[in-house]
Amino acid sequence: MRKFALTAIAAAFAVTAFTGGTAKAAGDAPVPAAQDWSWDGIFGTYDRAQLQRGFQVYKAVCASCHSLRFIAFRNLDGIGFNEDQIKAIAAEYDVEDGPNDDGDMFTRPGKPSDYFPSPFPNEKAAAASNGGAIPPDLSLMNKARVGGPDYVFGLLTGYEEEAPEGFDLADGKHYNHYFPGHQISMAPPLYDEAVEYTDGTPATVEQHARDISAFLNWTAQPELEARKALGIKVILFLIVLTAMLYAVKRKIWRDIEH
Amino acid sequence: MSAPQWNNKVVKWVDDRLPVISMLHHSAYEYPTPKNLSYMWNFGSLAGFVLVTMILSGIFLVMNYTPHTSMAFESVERIMRDVNYGWLIRYIHMNGASMFFIVVFLHMFRGLYYGSYKAPREMLWWIGILILLAMMATAFMGYVLPWGQMSFWGATVITNLFSAFPIIGDPLVTWLWGGFSVDNPTLNRFFSLHYLMPFIILGLVVLHVWALHSVRSNNPTGVEIKTPQDSIPFHPYYTIKDLFGMGVFLIFFCGFVFFAPDYLGHPDNYIPANPLVTPPHIVPEWYFLPFYAILRSIDFTIFGIPAKLLGVLAMFASIVILFVIPWLDTSKVRSSKFRPVYKWFFWLFVVDTFILGYCGAKAPDDYFMGVPGLKVIVMGQLSTLYYFAHFLVVMPLVGKMERPKPLPASISESVLKEGANA
Repeated sequence: MRKFALTAIAAAFAVTAFTGGTAKAAGDAPVPAAQDWSWDGIFGTYDRAQLQRGFQVYKAVCASCHSLRFIAFRNLDGIGFNEDQIKAIAAEYDVEDGPNDDGDMFTRPGKPSDYFPSPFPNEKAAAASNGGAIPPDLSLMNKARVGGPDYVFGLLTGYEEEAPEGFDLADGKHYNHYFPGHQISMAPPLYDEAVEYTDGTPATVEQHARDISAFLNWTAQPELEARKALGIKVILFLIVLTAMLYAVKRKIWRDIEH
Repeated sequence: MSAPQWNNKVVKWVDDRLPVISMLHHSAYEYPTPKNLSYMWNFGSLAGFVLVTMILSGIFLVMNYTPHTSMAFESVERIMRDVNYGWLIRYIHMNGASMFFIVVFLHMFRGLYYGSYKAPREMLWWIGILILLAMMATAFMGYVLPWGQMSFWGATVITNLFSAFPIIGDPLVTWLWGGFSVDNPTLNRFFSLHYLMPFIILGLVVLHVWALHSVRSNNPTGVEIKTPQDSIPFHPYYTIKDLFGMGVFLIFFCGFVFFAPDYLGHPDNYIPANPLVTPPHIVPEWYFLPFYAILRSIDFTIFGIPAKLLGVLAMFASIVILFVIPWLDTSKVRSSKFRPVYKWFFWLFVVDTFILGYCGAKAPDDYFMGVPGLKVIVMGQLSTLYYFAHFLVVMPLVGKMERPKPLPASISESVLKEGANA
């Protein structure tokens, strides 16, 4: 009997491991190397300083083309900003509001309840300014690509100045190791000293890429820390409960030949 | 089994007018259950538990979801970010679908191994297959609701299958869509039906349990209950055993919900649906992969019947064939424990379904497990062939030719013997 229970559990794990693995193994581009992230593992959490550096990179570099439409300024308390800082950040942006009592739309400084304004008024405008390619929204990027943060980091550091010999690179495209098909419209966005970090972290391309990947992991999964913290309590509770249920089961079945 | 006498006056008053308490007592308390059930018999109650979990989490999701093409994706993100514990409710529902299929597939493999589909349990087995079909429809329509890229393109591919039928195909697809492509009317009707279907499943589950209680549970020996010594009352023995199993299962379930919530999903579904951009690989959820592999493995025509129609028919046949296995299996012995030859074919069949799942996840021109020269499509065809051969050839022939091991005289005898050996 016990053998079969073990078989069942093994089978359940096999099904999940197998299917999850195969469903993800699609695509021809090389697989970006796995990086060490502060939130890896059961107990991993975000590094607030890193998220704030990543936010700095987003504001200075990414935001000129990429929207972040699922994030409101008020959400920034999740990366460690206090209320006053959030108000100040929001006020740096112009937000369209209205119509007012005269029926006119107007712009005003942003408030914490506003969402990050998009750099382009619509997709056509975005495509027109970017050689026909629409810069994707970044809110969910780390969940929407195979490899998540490893892919984003790999892509940002995977540019090559010259395409390899014999590779036919189209006009206005750039060669990237990890982008499917290797031809990406986005020019290499990062360079050394693209952003000056206030905490003294060396401002290398690699560091920028690491920080923005971390920030985008937070925008994609802002609930990660709450989820893991609750998960640990839930699993511990279930282990104790299940052990007690097993003890009761043993006691009830003690006199039954089975 | 005489009706119990109730001492409590209120209980007696109610029960005299509506014998619901007697009924519960009869079917959840004293229900005589074989004393030798293994842990493989836990998956039925687990499936019931997951069904309730799905209905409850679904009801709360609906309170915050908007079934409109321009708002569905946003409303799901709203649930994830702004609804209190919305991420928890959604991850339970999302992973619950996978858990439901894991539990039900194990439940079905157990039925196949121990011959639980054989007389007098054919109706019980049939209702189970209907539940599986209803689950598949529900899962498919539910996957469309977040309106991501895989939602949209999965819906497009699967609904297009119906266009394979001659003459009625194209009008049928237009009718299913409520238009000329997958669009807002499609999303709306899928939402409506996705809310309806679980209650149909619930009704089928009632019938399933009713059928079970009239023919009684099968058991690892496949020998029926003969004397009172063979059985024990359901409560407390199996209530506690099911509860313990539920604890183990919840640890597994919560492991996914809290620590790998997107592991079983596809990243493309976090990209909003875009009818103008086709994803490079359109792949269904893992629980559909074996069936998807059968669908794709038919890339040839027979007697002028187009490959697409054959593929669709093969895919439906892969489930419909389960209805007739009580008659395809010619063995007089239920349990594979006493079937030295068939037992091996059973495990081959299990492996076959895994291979089909693998093939369903890969592009047809990939190499199977990286083996040079062995294309996924070819491996899928071989596995599809075995899938059907298992039911149509192995079951009838092995049942006739094999010499089963001697069966124990009764459940109690087998229990005592095993006890002595241990």
